[in-house]
Amino acid sequence: MQDTSTKEAFEPRIIGFCCKFCAYAAADLAGSMRISYPASVKIIQVPCTGRIDMIHILKSLEDGADGVMIAGCLEGECHFLQGNFKARSRVEAVRRILAQIGMEPDRVAMFNLSSAMGPKFAEITAQMTDRIRQLGPSPVAAAGKKSRDAA
Amino acid sequence: MIIASKKPIEEIIQEITPYSRILILGCNECVTVCEAGGKKEVEVLASALRIFCLSQGIEKTIGEHTLERQCDHEYLEEIRNMVDDYDAIVSLACGVGVQFAAEKYLTMPLLPGVNTVCLGANEDRGLWTERCQACGSCVLARTGGICPVSRCAKRVLNGPCGGSTNGKCEISKDTDCAWQLIIDRLKALDKMDDYEAVAPVKDWSKDRAGGPRTVTREDVKI
Amino acid sequence: MSKYVSSSRLERILKAGHLGVTSECGPPRGSDAEEVTKKGLLIKDYVDAVNVTDNQTAMTRMSSLAACIHLKLLGIEPVLQMVTRDRNRVALQSDILGAASFDISNMLCLSGDHQSFGDCARGQNVHDLDSMQLVQTVRHMRDEGKFLGGDDIKRPPKIFVGAAANPFADPFEIRIPRLAKKIACGAEFIQTQCIYNIDKFKEWMRRASDRGLTEKVFIMAGMTPMKSVGMAKYMKNKVPGMDVPDEIIQRLAGVEKKHQAQEGIQICVEHIQELKEVPGIAGFHIMAIEWEEKVPEIVEKSGLYPRPDM
Repeated sequence: MQDTSTKEAFEPRIIGFCCKFCAYAAADLAGSMRISYPASVKIIQVPCTGRIDMIHILKSLEDGADGVMIAGCLEGECHFLQGNFKARSRVEAVRRILAQIGMEPDRVAMFNLSSAMGPKFAEITAQMTDRIRQLGPSPVAAAGKKSRDAA
Repeated sequence: MIIASKKPIEEIIQEITPYSRILILGCNECVTVCEAGGKKEVEVLASALRIFCLSQGIEKTIGEHTLERQCDHEYLEEIRNMVDDYDAIVSLACGVGVQFAAEKYLTMPLLPGVNTVCLGANEDRGLWTERCQACGSCVLARTGGICPVSRCAKRVLNGPCGGSTNGKCEISKDTDCAWQLIIDRLKALDKMDDYEAVAPVKDWSKDRAGGPRTVTREDVKI
Repeated sequence: MSKYVSSSRLERILKAGHLGVTSECGPPRGSDAEEVTKKGLLIKDYVDAVNVTDNQTAMTRMSSLAACIHLKLLGIEPVLQMVTRDRNRVALQSDILGAASFDISNMLCLSGDHQSFGDCARGQNVHDLDSMQLVQTVRHMRDEGKFLGGDDIKRPPKIFVGAAANPFADPFEIRIPRLAKKIACGAEFIQTQCIYNIDKFKEWMRRASDRGLTEKVFIMAGMTPMKSVGMAKYMKNKVPGMDVPDEIIQRLAGVEKKHQAQEGIQICVEHIQELKEVPGIAGFHIMAIEWEEKVPEIVEKSGLYPRPDM
């Protein structure tokens, strides 16, 4: 059991799959606007969130990520028309799997924004970081650390 | 093709409890096409099980492999050298594949990872629907190419029954009445006269009622 | 050779050209036969025969055959309803012989409601035969004196064979061809689904008559009195294949709740009186569901009492 102080201290590791047409560009914009956002989110650029498969999200968690966020274009504005909708349904499928295996579904979340929304990018990463901090470290990460320590 | 649906992961977790080294075995045929047991589903299931084990502090090895087919001896031979590394196999093939693998590896526990549902078609993206029950004596020539055995909830051969409403079956508003479909098709074919021919009492001995069925082809045998 | 195929009183009455009257009685969900016999005795003198339903709406009940025997022993003529949902051809033929051994001489062949409506929604259904094939089976057993398997039957069953028809189920245009098929299979009398849409039913009768079908089969119009506006709405919206016109609902809704049952009876009586005049109507099948005590009143008010003594 963790008390609040350790939760505060805990620095989550979050994988952020960002569509290059929106979220990734928004992150860039946030940078040029000198808006800081949490360093906890490791950004992976994808050509479209529709490229993300369930296995990419699961592998991230399996390899010790505390959370995974998928950030795609605003609904109706996907460059590939339906990519972000597909991503959303896959995110939902992963969340259902997490519920089945006893892990908090909230470790995985989908966001939508446009390339012009630099501040919004900072906002959602902060929100996600906050949420994962509340949930605490992933038990998978803890187990991984234990086995690494043992070795 | 054979249509299957994924089993709930909780059920698989229950089944694998006694074993510590588990191979998730996929199949590249029907279950791949219906997205229940192909390579992708093997990866997802294996990853989910590993996350489960890691997060619960359970030590298990979860391996992955996908065969071209699980209903053929020669493909099943491919894992001959691999099986010794495991104490159970979760097969994502249809019931046929699970059993064929079980017959081949006598001492290896085989657990089904999918529910085999029916012989069906990919009606729409994410929608698979039944079309055939393999009754062993096809009546489609007389029913406008629509099967009353698989598509009528009462497999009525002289239908429709009294429960047909607005073209839908009495069991659900989402289920088409097979006999409505048959009549629509007979009309389109200008063969409504066929409707009045009475279907005789059916010979179900070619169906599962006759016991396990075999097809023997002397011309193909070696 | 006798002009009768069975010892059925219903058959004699219909063949004599009288309007036949049947009613129905659902066996209890328990083993107390009195529930059946009480209902039977209540309506005994007002009807020619009493249908005994076979696990209707797929709810498990006392067997139809057993209930028929109880009625038969009291001198009430039963119509054995048999559905193809629960028994294969071995069991069906066997029950037909069992019925015949008690001289139960009327049978109604049905497919039965789907089991998902009943208390065994997770059970298998059988449907080895369909309702038309069951009609053929009884006729084969009676007329050829043979089992489906081809062997001779010692003392073949003498049974007057009926089938159901729903004049309102979809698609409407095959309702008459379907009736023709049932007759071709050997149905001798037809009991219809509950009729509320009188105009549509008359249209169905006209088409049946045009095809000469009313010459070949006795059509008994199915009547069910409405107990309340709630029942009418339920029948309209929830019961498959039922056609309840809005004016019936409005008429029931137009009277005080405590008078709705009486209004329902009144509507039923009016419908019977109107249909009595329709050419080809051979009688009425009054299904007062769990309301058997009202059957005598309906029969009397409709001018169908007393019943012919045959």
